[in-house]
Formats: sequence, C-alpha cells, structure tokens
Amino acid sequence: MAPPVFPLLLALSAAGVAAAQEPPTWRRAELVSQVRNDCGSCHGMRLTGGLGPPLTREALADKPVPSLAATIYHGRAGTPMPGWRSLLSEAEAHWIAEQLVSGFPETAK
Amino acid sequence: MRRRELLAWLGLSPAALLLGGHAGANANAAAKPIGTGDLGVVVERARGALALVNTSTRSVLAEIGGLGDLSHASVVFSRDGAVAYVFGRDGGLSKVNLLTRQIEARVMQAGNSIGGAISADGTLVAAQNYTPGGIKVFDAGTLAQLADIPARDERGGLSRVVGLADLPGRRFIFSLFDAGQIWIADLSDSGNPQITKLVDAGRQPYDALLTSDGRYYIAGLFGEDGLALVDLWDESPRIRRILSGYGRGEQPLPVFKMPHLRGWAVAGRHAYLPAIGRHEVLVVDTASWLEVDRIPVAGQPVFVMARPDGRQVWVNFAVPDYDRVQVIDTVSRRVVRSLSPGKAVLHMEFTPRSEAVWISARDANHVVVIDTLNFRVLAELDIDAPSGVFFTSRATRMGL
Ligand code: HEC
Repeated sequence: MAPPVFPLLLALSAAGVAAAQEPPTWRRAELVSQVRNDCGSCHGMRLTGGLGPPLTREALADKPVPSLAATIYHGRAGTPMPGWRSLLSEAEAHWIAEQLVSGFPETAK
Repeated sequence: MRRRELLAWLGLSPAALLLGGHAGANANAAAKPIGTGDLGVVVERARGALALVNTSTRSVLAEIGGLGDLSHASVVFSRDGAVAYVFGRDGGLSKVNLLTRQIEARVMQAGNSIGGAISADGTLVAAQNYTPGGIKVFDAGTLAQLADIPARDERGGLSRVVGLADLPGRRFIFSLFDAGQIWIADLSDSGNPQITKLVDAGRQPYDALLTSDGRYYIAGLFGEDGLALVDLWDESPRIRRILSGYGRGEQPLPVFKMPHLRGWAVAGRHAYLPAIGRHEVLVVDTASWLEVDRIPVAGQPVFVMARPDGRQVWVNFAVPDYDRVQVIDTVSRRVVRSLSPGKAVLHMEFTPRSEAVWISARDANHVVVIDTLNFRVLAELDIDAPSGVFFTSRATRMGL
C-alpha cells in the first residue's frame, strides 16, 4: 500500500519554486548594487532614465512583471537593451522585475 | 606694523591674502596661491561630489559637494583651468571654482542630461540632453541660458542627443540618437543659432569624437555595423560611412555598457575604435579611413584612449570584464600588458605629458595612479565610488 505522502511532496515542491524566486540575502545585496550601477549606466543610478527608459515604480506602473522579467533576461532586439542571461538566472531577473515595479530598494534589506 | 610688513611677516603675498579671504568662508580653501595646470577632479558618483586632486603631488586636496546626481557626470574646464563645469545626470549644470573650491553658479537645465562642451573662446557652455532631447547653450560666466535647440526631426519627435563637441568659431557639433542625424549649431550670434543638419548619419549614433585638430568628427553607430565620418574642413561637410560591415554579419555579443568615443583615440596616423558587440579594437588609417587591423581584447571595450604622445592605447571594458585594463603598443599593435587596478574600472585619464595614468575603480573605492613606462603603481587614492577623472589640461584641447 502506498504511503499517503504525495500531497506533502507536492506542497513542498510548490514551496521550492516560490523559494527559487527569492534569491538569498547575500545575493540580493549583490543584485541591488548591480542594478543601481550596471543597469544604471543606461537607466541612471537613480533609475530615472538615460539611454534606457526610467525604471521607477511610476514608470512601470501598468507593466506586467513577467514581461519585464523577460526583457531583462532576453533583452530587446534592435535596441541597446541587452539580455542578461549570461549574468543572471531567470529567477533573479524575475526578482529584479518585482523589485522594480514596487519601487527599487536603495540598498539591500 | 604697516600692512605690507605684516603680510611679509606672515609670509603672505597680497594675492594669497585674497584667497585667504575665501578661506574664511570655506575652511577647505587653499592657503596660498596655486597654479591650475596640475589640478583635476574625480567624480564621486554616489556622493554627488567632486574630489579636487593634484597630479604632481598625487593627492586629494578637497571635496566639493552639493552637485546632485552625478551618475554619468562629465566635466569641461574654462580656459584658465580654474573653473570646472559639471554636467549631472539630473540636468544640473554647476560652475565650480577650483581655487576657491566653491560653487559659483548652478542651474537645473534639463530632466536628464548626458554631458557638455565649452566653446573655443571659453564664453559658451553647451549641455546635451536626453530629456528634453536637444542642446542648451549658456553664458559661461553666469550660466544664464542663451539658446535652446530642441533636436526635433522631420517627423516631429525629439531625439536624445549624444556626442556633443566644440568646433572652431563658436560652433558645436552633436548627434541625434533617435533620428540618426548629425547637426552643427553656429552660435556666432548666440541669440540666433544657425543649424546645419546632416541627415542619414546611420542608425542610432551612440557617441562621437572630434580629432584633436578639429578636422574629423566620428560617430559610432549602435544600430548598424559601421561609423559615420564628417570631414569638417570640407566646403560643405557631409556624412561618409566607414568600416561598414566590420562585424562580418556575425551575431553580435551583448553590449552591457555603451562604449564612449570621446577622448583620445587617435595615435599617430591611426584611429583606435571600440567595436560594438565584439571584443575587438578596430584600427583605422586616418588617411584612407580603411581598416588596417583589429586587435582582440579582454571584453567589450568602453574607453579606448591613446596616451597623449600616441605611443600606447589603453582600453577598459564593460561588465563582467570591468576589473581589467589592457595596454596596446601602437608600434606592434598588440596588447602588451593586462592590469587589474580594482573592481569596476570606469575611467582613465592621462597626465598631459603622458608619464602617468589615473584609473578609477568604482567598487574598489580608489583611484590608482600608474606609471605608463613601467606600469608600477605610483599612488592609490581613497575616493568614494569614483567614476570620471578629468584634468585641467582638457581646457586647451578641442573636442574635450
Ligand atoms: C546598454 C544600455 C542598457 C543597459 C546596460 C540596461 N538597459 Fe534596460 N533598456 C535599455 C533600453 C534602450 C531599453 C528600451 C528598449 C526599447 O526601446 O524597447 C531598456 C528597457 C528595459 C526594460 C523595459 C522597460 C519598459 O518600460 O518596458 C527593463 C525592465 C529594463 N530595461 C531593465 C534593465 C535591467 C534590470 C538592467 C540591468 C540588469 C538593464 N535594463 C540594463 C538599455 C539598457
């Protein structure tokens, strides 16, 4: 008789996916400074725009997170927005997009 | 004691006393008169401040703050080398006196700015802006606005402006990123600027340089393989495409930071230019404007700068290769040295006679001074998140 563990396993793996979206604290600190500095060369250190558009909460208000995450991960062909997949994981791109739409932190919490 | 005797006793000249007067107002100010030839500034990006430096003693003299958002800030100098005009990302334009160490004037001139230039006669300062796209021209003395030149193309849209440089005769040249054009503004009559438009410069010019003789203006193109060249000594200057198809149709690598062209890229008869989306420096003969060589380097080049005497070309890179600097020997046209001056190298500036280079490493919070003959470290200055390094010797050069 099969032991009744399947629901528990499913619940665990779902939690696993959610956790994968949330980089560990040390990595979050790196990502925050990377966005302010390296994305900042085109979007501005305060993310108020430059060669790239502003990435402030107001500017991104009606943009869906998954599409912003895809822009970060894959870039946009024909524009200077590069794809960051050699330097970021998909989950990290998603986390950055989430932070951007809710107002990007000054420093990592 | 008479005044003169008192001064002599104090070891002060009347001129020094003049500066001393400012010292009362600002405890940082210089105690005795100094020349400006070996002064410079380093942008402290995050603090909105400049570190005032001396290139002979290789030291920081003072910090001058209150300059706003200085990410991507750039600086030009008055003819006497005593005043730095600082262009901030937030559209702030500040006039900073390096001798009194005070901000003499400051205006918010745009929403988003990318740099500026000063006219050959030192009377006009121009700022190039992303928002609103265009250039604005100011009185160099008061920073009163004299002209507003929106970069509006035939379709009515405003273009972001890049690659602004001064030309002889109170003229400025600049490129329109969105419209793909190059414009020349003549401000002989500053209230009534005359614009010459060169259209079809190519897709997305991202920055440009003026050769030190003021003859050639070269704009790099992001949207296509090649560069746009204008011979300004022509009766009626026009666009000529050079190095078309240098990518040979191969898939470009991602460009994590746009290269900067402004600076010294010409060594002897050759121009050294960053390729876009390729880890190469392109070498072009300035007589024929044909490619003569390409030099493989460690990453996407950002600054490709010739030492003032032209004997070497130094290259830094975009993330993730931005902890490195490579040195190209211009005789053998090969990389002869790879250096690691610290994490996130953002800029390099040579002393006027070429003997040393100052390299800013943002994440290392220092500027390293390196001997260009033997590559020894001469000094390491603690400066908070340093980006641009600008020496007053720029005051005497066209296009800087
Ligand atoms: C070399 C310049 C450059 C760099 C570096 C850069 N971007 Fe961009 N980015 C752009 C440009 C240009 C666009 C606009 C593309 C277009 O025209 O659709 C853009 C668009 C975007 C968008 C979409 C905004 C919108 O309103 O749809 C996001 C999100 C974004 N960038 C995030 C980032 C992040 C995060 C980084 C750093 C990991 C980064 N960018 C680094 C140039 C850059």
